[in-house]
Amino acid sequence: MRIYFELALRAFRQLFAYQAAMLAGIFTNSVFGVMLSAVYLALFDSHSDGTSVEGFSARETVTYVWIGQALIAPVMIWGWWEIIKTIRTGAIVTDMLKPLSFFGFWLSRDLGRAVGHLLLRGVPTLIIGALFYDLVYPGTPGRWIAFLVSIPFAVIVSFCFRFMMNLWGFWVLDHRGIAGIATVIVGVASGHLLPIAWYPDALRDVFNMLPFRAIVMLPVEIWLGQAGIVEGLGLQVFWILVMTAAAHWLQSVAERKVVVQGG
Amino acid sequence: MDGPMIEARNLEKRFTVRRHREGAFGAMRSLVDRGGNEVSAVKDVSFSINRGEMVGYIGPNGAGKSTTIKMLTGILVPSSGEATVAGFTPRESRKQLAQQIGVVFGQRTQLWWDLALADSLELLRHMYRVPEKRFRENLNRARELLVLDDFMHTPVRQLSLGQRMRGDLAAALLHDPKILYLDEPTIGLDIVAKARIREFLAALNRETHVTVLLTTHDLADIEQLCRRIIVIDRGQVVYDGELGALRNRFGGKRHVILDFDQDPGDAISTLAGNNLEIVDHNGPRVRVAFDRETTSTPRVLALASHHGTVRDVSIEEPAIEDVIRQMYEGPDSQHP
Repeated sequence: MRIYFELALRAFRQLFAYQAAMLAGIFTNSVFGVMLSAVYLALFDSHSDGTSVEGFSARETVTYVWIGQALIAPVMIWGWWEIIKTIRTGAIVTDMLKPLSFFGFWLSRDLGRAVGHLLLRGVPTLIIGALFYDLVYPGTPGRWIAFLVSIPFAVIVSFCFRFMMNLWGFWVLDHRGIAGIATVIVGVASGHLLPIAWYPDALRDVFNMLPFRAIVMLPVEIWLGQAGIVEGLGLQVFWILVMTAAAHWLQSVAERKVVVQGG
Repeated sequence: MDGPMIEARNLEKRFTVRRHREGAFGAMRSLVDRGGNEVSAVKDVSFSINRGEMVGYIGPNGAGKSTTIKMLTGILVPSSGEATVAGFTPRESRKQLAQQIGVVFGQRTQLWWDLALADSLELLRHMYRVPEKRFRENLNRARELLVLDDFMHTPVRQLSLGQRMRGDLAAALLHDPKILYLDEPTIGLDIVAKARIREFLAALNRETHVTVLLTTHDLADIEQLCRRIIVIDRGQVVYDGELGALRNRFGGKRHVILDFDQDPGDAISTLAGNNLEIVDHNGPRVRVAFDRETTSTPRVLALASHHGTVRDVSIEEPAIEDVIRQMYEGPDSQHP
């Protein structure tokens, strides 16, 4: 197990080499946070009754916006295609020649990266939101802890999905088609674009039955108190189990099909 | 361990070459549509390599060298046939087998670009669970023989090709592998760096009896390191045996340069047809090529003496490159 920790540690440390990218990321996430907050606050203002929309008050909505922006980097909303790159270049050969679980090799590095992104991008973005807006905070220490736990859970679910999307690289050479579809699915069904509660009933019911909810919506609901701690984390664990099993299954199929590029 | 270290039995690998479609729907269609052409990268490969052997595995580009090695490491599952490597069936025991083999690719690295060499090696120590003491010993040996100290703390991306290759060799040997696969280990290196790597490999094989399977296009690697070669062409083994015997069997033409005391004139052309050919005729110097199976040097001299006094004779053995090229381009070859 030590090796997986060492891999995570190095992935974590590696992020510190890219300080300009970090600052640019924080800036972008914050600009979107400000713009979305402004839009939602204007909409809520125009609603003269000033109450809530499908369970979200104006303050809760702005809080949702900033948590969502802070989670973009840790859970990699916009996709991640590192494995497909190694399939395409053939570099995957050296990774598969290691006495390691291929899934564990990438998961541990992704978790290390996610912790780095959380500290270097997520936390600063959320602090900027907290400085400029009146956010809602978890009421109890238990909820703070549950929220912190829900982030690695969200990363694992997101990782499993990204891992599986990357494995398509064994069948197709060009990932752009899959990437477009995958990004839309995750952006919409995770609750990143809009809170899932705001979608039309039929769509909402579908999204609530999909794993993507565990990536953004559940951490937000745990923070806001909309989901019970046990129910929220429990559902994430359920999706981790399902998605991990699915990822391993797809990997075993891919390994039988494997076409390694290059000499 | 009893039996051969590496054994391939009728290995075959077929690939389906798909038509490729662009865009989102193209990708989705490619997933559904199973159409495409089947090609055999490896058709029928069998060989057996014992512990401590250093074998050159050679063949033209696309002959199936890398595909064979990928099947022997468990990365690729053979379409048919079986392999046994270090007592494991690669397809079933990729991870356990990985612990027994070291691999060096000249064209790629197993080191991490962003990490210093020392850090990469440390990471590999954990990966292969090498005991601390063993790690120190192996690292010290590699540092000494491969002269790594100048760049141990340099990020891998800043290393020169020769330095990186030495780093990769050190990395491949940290866990005392029983088998070393070397895929073009000297590609792109200068003469000094090539010599250093060859010396290292020869010494390593002498001391540790590691089994080495070497693929390369640089036949000097093979001549200096391997007694035995396996030649593969279009997915099939076309030669398996001693390097020296290859010369005799596939011969290539032997050249004899005859220096007459004066120009023998056009009459010399009548020499041709006695199973030999005149390659060059320049004044008193005539270059004759002949097949060593059908003609001998004394016979050439006897024939030549009818055309004048031969003052000097020199014989050129065919270069191993020419021998191999002749195998690839043999009469039944379909190469363009």
